[in-house]
Amino acid sequence: MTGFRYPVSYRVSSRQEETHDTVTITLEPAGEPIAAFRPGQFTMLYSFGVGEIPISVSGPPGVPTLTHTIRAVGAVSAALCAAQPGQVIGVRGPFGTSWDHAEAAANRDLLLVAGGIGLAPLRPALLEALAQPGRYRRIIMLAGARSAAELVFAAEYGRWRERGAEVAITVDKADASWPGQVGVVTQLIGRAHLDPARTTALICGPEVMMRITARTLTAAGLPPASIWISLERNMQCGTAECGHCQLGPLLLCRDGPVVNFGLAEPLLTVREL
Amino acid sequence: MTVLTGNGGAAGNGGAAGNGGAGVAGQRRRFELPAAGLEDLHRALVSAGYQVIGPRVTGDAITLGELTSASELPFGWGVSLSPGGYRLRKRDDAAAFGHSAGPGSWKQFLHPPREQLWSATRGTDGLAVGPGAVQEPRKLAFLGVRPCDLRAIQVLDRVLRGAAGRDCAYSRRRAAVFIIVVNCTEPGETCFCASMATGPESGPGYDLLMTELTAGPDHSFVIEAGSPGGQEILTRLPVRPADPGVTERADTAVAGAADRMGRSMQTDGLPGMLAASRHAQRWEDVASRCLTCGNCTMACPTCFCTTVEDVTDLSGEHAERWQNWSSCFELDFSYLHGGPVRSSGVSRYRQWLTHKLGTWHDQFGSSGCVGCGRCIVWCPVGIDLTEEVAALWAERNAAGGPTAGSEGPERGERG
Repeated sequence: MTGFRYPVSYRVSSRQEETHDTVTITLEPAGEPIAAFRPGQFTMLYSFGVGEIPISVSGPPGVPTLTHTIRAVGAVSAALCAAQPGQVIGVRGPFGTSWDHAEAAANRDLLLVAGGIGLAPLRPALLEALAQPGRYRRIIMLAGARSAAELVFAAEYGRWRERGAEVAITVDKADASWPGQVGVVTQLIGRAHLDPARTTALICGPEVMMRITARTLTAAGLPPASIWISLERNMQCGTAECGHCQLGPLLLCRDGPVVNFGLAEPLLTVREL
Repeated sequence: MTVLTGNGGAAGNGGAAGNGGAGVAGQRRRFELPAAGLEDLHRALVSAGYQVIGPRVTGDAITLGELTSASELPFGWGVSLSPGGYRLRKRDDAAAFGHSAGPGSWKQFLHPPREQLWSATRGTDGLAVGPGAVQEPRKLAFLGVRPCDLRAIQVLDRVLRGAAGRDCAYSRRRAAVFIIVVNCTEPGETCFCASMATGPESGPGYDLLMTELTAGPDHSFVIEAGSPGGQEILTRLPVRPADPGVTERADTAVAGAADRMGRSMQTDGLPGMLAASRHAQRWEDVASRCLTCGNCTMACPTCFCTTVEDVTDLSGEHAERWQNWSSCFELDFSYLHGGPVRSSGVSRYRQWLTHKLGTWHDQFGSSGCVGCGRCIVWCPVGIDLTEEVAALWAERNAAGGPTAGSEGPERGERG
């Protein structure tokens, strides 16, 4: 399978700065492409000579290009963030589980809850849902960030609303220029007037944010089986062979990153598991 | 007693080596090979194109390496084993395989400590990535594989040949290996293969199976084929059909070994017990002794974890990726932007033990432990896996039952 063991060449076709440390790059195949991805899956992106890291796909499915949103936190991510149009990036994948469990949620309410750059892996699911009017009764996007300057895809929220999504944004800290909500993202849940029996929730953000959000949702009556989260660990192979991404019984590159909360909760409550 | 039904589990996953010892359904064709015939076996393997790898005395240990002659086998040598202890000892007889596991395992040949994954050059049209300097695998004959170590190879097969049976360097190396198992007739002080159902009698997956006989009038081997390739080699050996008395002596010696295991482990319900014991006090106790050196993971015949290393040449136009053995005891093993997930020794020992004996079942459908005892022997402070498991059982039973959760409902547990 192309792009499974050896990186294949993609070329940066556009680069968009999201925040002071986060960049969205779009890649087009420079040769044979990797297999089609599903929302929630990730690829291994290779910066020539620097290294390779797992990054979730943040662009829409069903197109030949691959879009990734990357925060510069280490040598490889910084090199990828600095990649300019025309530069070649190595890509392996796609790997892992997807948000496709939401497929079963047709005619239900689709709730997406994002913390910070956790919005990136949720964006393909949102774009796919918006492209299928009438498939869901409601599409609700609740997103939070530490500050207004750290919101990603901020220019798109208006378009998402126009296309039928209910979008609520909050920031942890704000100055007087911020007109919107201030507080953590869980505070938006009560105002969303959820119907717990017909809501499917997809959550991505820092682990503590996902745990608290999921618990808030279960307290509101959502069964854990209706809640899906996207987990992160050190990943090096993507093919369940290097052993780094273990979380208890899970190999997150294979059994994740998207995991049902019912399975994940007891694992997330153990320190340093 | 039949080899074919002796062991379940990972057996039957052995690929090239076929599946068991029966030439005709239910009927074993067993022969007797005089000890001098080991040289004929070596010669037959070499003429079939194999490099023969087996045990020999190097320094103060029995290690695995190339045998240029069967005479290099450790005739007359045994070992004395203890937690953190390994000593060669002279035997009363001339047994070639009268020793249990040494510091090396077959893993070092199938899953080498350092391996190039690919090399790449940067051109105007993109990256040209290829397998680099990877060579066709050598044909290796593993002579003297213990039943526990055959199972260890099959455990590695499940992990590294992958769910999709993908073409990879491990698969190519594995397909070029010829396996000669020698049943265990003398387990060591730290052995517990009987608890793990991996020995002392071999399960299927070998090309040839031998049982060494030293107690009778002659030093000889009972030998049988387990694959067409094994059958082919067998026809070149100076064998004669084994008398019932001889095979009975061999079977008795192997069966008796099961009663002489130096260690044992309660495996029934073990994965579930471990999943319910994530907060056990015993982890603190063992972590206070553990040096987090990773020796157990290096000596273990199934520990497979690796880390990759990306390198470039000075021009910056040529890059390579190398894969090195890694250990869950390393701090960087669980590094995630900002720091390690498992920073304490407690969490790293717990990860190793619960993965090996518990969550391996969830991930790969079998235990990761074959009961060879290497981790006990090669631990510099003598931590005994079987003793730790017994203590965890005791703590769990005192807490109200094998899987009674102390932290709410546990999922993903088995057993």
